[in-house]
Amino acid sequence: MIRLVLGVAVVGGAAAVPLVADNYLLRLGTMLAMYAVLAQSWNIIGGYAGYPSFATAAFFGLGAYAGALLQGAGAPMPLAWAFACVVAAAFAALLGSAILHLKGHYFAIASLVVAEVLLEITTSWTSLTGGGMGLNLPILRIPVDAQARLFYWSMLALAVASFVMAWLVARGRIGFALRCIKQNEDAAAMVGIDTTFTKVVAFVLSALFVGGAGAMYASWVFYIEPPDVYAVLTSVKPIVMTLLGGAGTLFGPIIGAVLFLIMEETVWRTFLSVHAAVLGLIIVALIFFLPHGVLGLVKRRRPAAPTAGHGSAGQEPANRGGGA
Amino acid sequence: MKGSPLAQGVGHRAGRASLTRPLCGHPLPEGEGSDAASNRSFLVLPGPTPMLYAQILLNGLLLGGLYACIAVGFSLVWGVLNVINILHGSFVVLGSYIAYFAHVHWGLHPFLSIFLSGGVLFVVGYAVQRGVINRVIAAPVLTTLVLTFGLDLIVNNGMLLAFTADYRTVRLEHPLGSQIIGGLVVPLDRLAAMGLAVALTVLLFFTLARSKIGRAIVAVRMDAQAAALMGVDVPRIYAVTFGIGALMAGAAGSLLSLVFPISPLNGTEFLGIAFVVCVLGGLGSISGAIVGGFALGAIQSFGALWIGPEHGLTIAFALLLLLLVVKPTGIMGRKGYE
Amino acid sequence: MSTLQLTGVTRRFGGLTAVDDVTMTIEPGEIVGLIGPNGAGKTTIVNLVTGVFKPSTGTIRFDGRRIDGRKPHQISRLGVARTYQVVQPFPDMTVLENVMAPATFAARAPGVQAARTAAMECLEFVGLAPSQGLLASELTLAGRKRLELAKSLAMHPKVLLLDEVNAGLNPAEIDTALELIRAISARGVTIVIIEHLMKVVLSLCSRILVLHHGALIAEGSPQAITRDERVIRAYLGDRYADRTTAAGGANGHG
Repeated sequence: MIRLVLGVAVVGGAAAVPLVADNYLLRLGTMLAMYAVLAQSWNIIGGYAGYPSFATAAFFGLGAYAGALLQGAGAPMPLAWAFACVVAAAFAALLGSAILHLKGHYFAIASLVVAEVLLEITTSWTSLTGGGMGLNLPILRIPVDAQARLFYWSMLALAVASFVMAWLVARGRIGFALRCIKQNEDAAAMVGIDTTFTKVVAFVLSALFVGGAGAMYASWVFYIEPPDVYAVLTSVKPIVMTLLGGAGTLFGPIIGAVLFLIMEETVWRTFLSVHAAVLGLIIVALIFFLPHGVLGLVKRRRPAAPTAGHGSAGQEPANRGGGA
Repeated sequence: MKGSPLAQGVGHRAGRASLTRPLCGHPLPEGEGSDAASNRSFLVLPGPTPMLYAQILLNGLLLGGLYACIAVGFSLVWGVLNVINILHGSFVVLGSYIAYFAHVHWGLHPFLSIFLSGGVLFVVGYAVQRGVINRVIAAPVLTTLVLTFGLDLIVNNGMLLAFTADYRTVRLEHPLGSQIIGGLVVPLDRLAAMGLAVALTVLLFFTLARSKIGRAIVAVRMDAQAAALMGVDVPRIYAVTFGIGALMAGAAGSLLSLVFPISPLNGTEFLGIAFVVCVLGGLGSISGAIVGGFALGAIQSFGALWIGPEHGLTIAFALLLLLLVVKPTGIMGRKGYE
Repeated sequence: MSTLQLTGVTRRFGGLTAVDDVTMTIEPGEIVGLIGPNGAGKTTIVNLVTGVFKPSTGTIRFDGRRIDGRKPHQISRLGVARTYQVVQPFPDMTVLENVMAPATFAARAPGVQAARTAAMECLEFVGLAPSQGLLASELTLAGRKRLELAKSLAMHPKVLLLDEVNAGLNPAEIDTALELIRAISARGVTIVIIEHLMKVVLSLCSRILVLHHGALIAEGSPQAITRDERVIRAYLGDRYADRTTAAGGANGHG
């Protein structure tokens, strides 16, 4: 109950930010929400299931183009965003059925290459996508301030949605099943888990809101081009964020997104010509000094209660999973 | 103006953005007119179709030997250390730069600078493995992937600062030119580069099969724990293996400087080539790398003809995806280094 | 109706025939021993029954239903449980969570509490209840073997395939394990036990099946099996068998 109140307070507070913030801060807030969506989504396949997916950019780019095309055809923005979610999820279902039997590096490479192939298809299909010239979206006929607020709130709503999804996964049967799969996939099948189905579901969930985020991003910046929305870094950043905060945890991705954005804004702005190298250094430092993320520092080696999870310590811990 | 928020903080975006910029689409400028067999000119060659196909196949094979050399070190590291070395593409580019500067300053022919670039990169690779990668060698796949990606960002950014993104080319004073052999245009420098690349790859094969250190590498690949029990210094072998992987990349880079323009932006492309060749030929076998390299070269050449030169690597990637889905062990099946 | 029925089951791996035309039935409530020298195909049979491999030819029925070709998770949900020769815990989960997994997925516990209760019962049954909060990776080998047993019990199995549960245990631990297996059997679970230790097989099993080079070469009571010439040959080689049969038969104790 306390946590519900706390959650509502945090979300309410975040929603009230536009009352005090200028457009620069709102832009940061929108980025933060978008990063949170990407990291939270990746955490489901990468953190809980332990599958090193580099497919985030594919879902993001696909969502961006799906939304942009539908908007270009005259559909209202929210419909375009919802459509983008569906497209990304459907694509993930197909792709997942095809490549989730791969393990380790093979899966990583396959998921990485998908974005490249989509990029190339998008670039070549000039009649539909505008190709390398990119695609312009309809301009919103509302003031700049109102736009900033609109996209901030929309992205925030998407971030909340992805958090709720992650929370449901973490405390539900599927989260438990994913943790089993991560630790020993053969044994997971032997205790009655439909591993193939569970992995595909996790992959779909990790794509759903990423597609939406891509479409929102497209609406937000009015113009997309293939190398922008299919960038490899769009796949890598959510991984770094999640590792930074703590993979396989509920709050890790959010904490990681906050830290990542702070670093991006402070360090990289100052050293423009070396920001890729700085990101590289952050990655190396992260892996050496924070292998379990920030939450790994504060969390005890394992929970005191017999079951891992976020059950309140006072009463009988009533859940099986999560390990928040 | 908010511009493009996602792209902010994306360093050399053009380079990172796409692995698929076609290298075979823009070969060396044909300044001297001697390099008559570049991809664009053969497309307009008159003559019967079988000859055209033969020419395209030849061009593909000329590329393929170099591809094999690029991929074999990557494959070795993957097989022995179970690490996908994202740095590999940058190692190749570094080798090309060494060849370029050795040529500009000392007049050293790229065929000779393979020793220099290979040697330098062996040291670099050995040090990187010993100092950095070895510390997470037992970590999950994701960790080593992300770590080498981070290292690649650093190295690539460093090269951009040092050398800029401009394309540079090695222009030989005495190019061998081309010869018409049996109706086919054979660019002799490329032929020699391909021959050297294959020779290096075969040399690596015999090194692994015959030398003491090679036997130790093979033993570690089979079973690192057992090898350790038999007195093999496994961390040292890991570092040597990584060094050899970098050496092959550097030597390949030297040879490639004759064929492709040099820029840090090419790193991702070479990495992509290494991926595809490895999966095509099957991980961890040298013969697989050779077969995979030639297969990729041929596929790209014909893909360039039928679908368009800018789609060369995309076709390869699509094929790679298909192959991963259907037969992850590669067309050669899984084999050891024997 | 037989609990398990294999009819003409063959499994080839490339050129190697690991299981060769095996026909056998396991009746409800039995404790059956499956023995044979290394590489005889015992574990392959377990893998065939549990759906890890599909038979090249032949059919497998469980409670009269065809199960060959079904996936492992489907078969486990029907009530076929196994333990692994090499224990397969979820290392970073607690002992309790390890057992809650099969209770949740294979036995389809209606909720978390039900899964917990079922898991605790299994842990108490195998004597691991005090270790419930430990990580599985922290258990001793004997503890992990018992965890395997608890996990398979939590699946509410009708038949339990035990693949060398006693390997690596000391004599005292083996005695405890034997009592446990008898207790499981007393609960009405049909048991197929793969074992190297003759002592275990002879003291537990009502019937023994002998595999050699993938084929079933003998079947019968423990007493009959120990006198069976083919079994002695398979285990001890021809010369020993010739000598013992010439000497009028002895107990062909492995």
